[in-house]
Amino acid sequence: MSARIGVITFPGTLDDGDAARAVRYADAEPVSLWHADPDLQGVDAVVVPGGFSYGDYLRAGVIARFAPVMNSVIEAAHKGMPVLGICNGFQILCEAGLLPGAMIRNAGLHFICRDQWLRVENNNTAWTSRYEQGAEILVPMKNIDGCYMAEQATLDELEAEGRVVFRYTGGNPNGSRNDIAGIRSANGRVVGLMPHPEHAIDALTGPSDDGLGMFYSAVDALVKA
Amino acid sequence: MARVVVDVMPKPEILDPQGQAVAGALPRLGFQGVTEVRQGKHFELEVDDTVDDETLAKIAEGFLANPVIEQWTVRRVAE
Repeated sequence: MSARIGVITFPGTLDDGDAARAVRYADAEPVSLWHADPDLQGVDAVVVPGGFSYGDYLRAGVIARFAPVMNSVIEAAHKGMPVLGICNGFQILCEAGLLPGAMIRNAGLHFICRDQWLRVENNNTAWTSRYEQGAEILVPMKNIDGCYMAEQATLDELEAEGRVVFRYTGGNPNGSRNDIAGIRSANGRVVGLMPHPEHAIDALTGPSDDGLGMFYSAVDALVKA
Repeated sequence: MARVVVDVMPKPEILDPQGQAVAGALPRLGFQGVTEVRQGKHFELEVDDTVDDETLAKIAEGFLANPVIEQWTVRRVAE
């Protein structure tokens, strides 16, 4: 039986289609989850995809954080279910308190849309076990509120505990503290990142297939569980 | 009924690229002497008598502001 991985759609979500496609590429079954429905339909893991949920009104991710489906995701994450937040999904997980910190406007104020190199800083997570520590991957990035911010004490804790999962290489594109592109929860089950691995799963449609490893990693984690 | 004003500002130590951009534009527009600009948000809430100060504090801290990056004030203004 293949793993069932939920993909949430909020009003304003853009990347649920590609996230579901990435799940399929990793030989798992994507399950559509709707923002207004708290039922997770028995999925084994959840992807919170990118876009502009609720138009990014008030702050990116804050209104989505209070959607009925997110209450269920938060509860399931606290029980150890793997959750991946990509771009707007990362912002939502931060607003939900599943990951520390917050994203603010990019330092240069520009919407940045380009292929971005990242270094895998930690492969001890449900979403990065297929990568070698220190591997560099090329995935698209497209956002305007991508500058990762956290208090110094939080940054020190993340660094000390190996919870920085991805770091920008080749220059910091947006002012993120410590060049942070993605982080994980203390138990390694929840990961959030601003760039888009789900857009890099096939050389035909993306700059590489480097992102596919995240979805294979989740399938591995679910088989072991 | 009462009007409540909530002002939300980026914390002083948090980078405010939007405020910096405004500050940078002023000299180009011919306005000299503005040394710093910080950009925040201003909310006006019309509330009935059932909404107490404790509830307003929760609305501000838990929703209108993000305590990681922002500070806020809540005040009731003339009805």
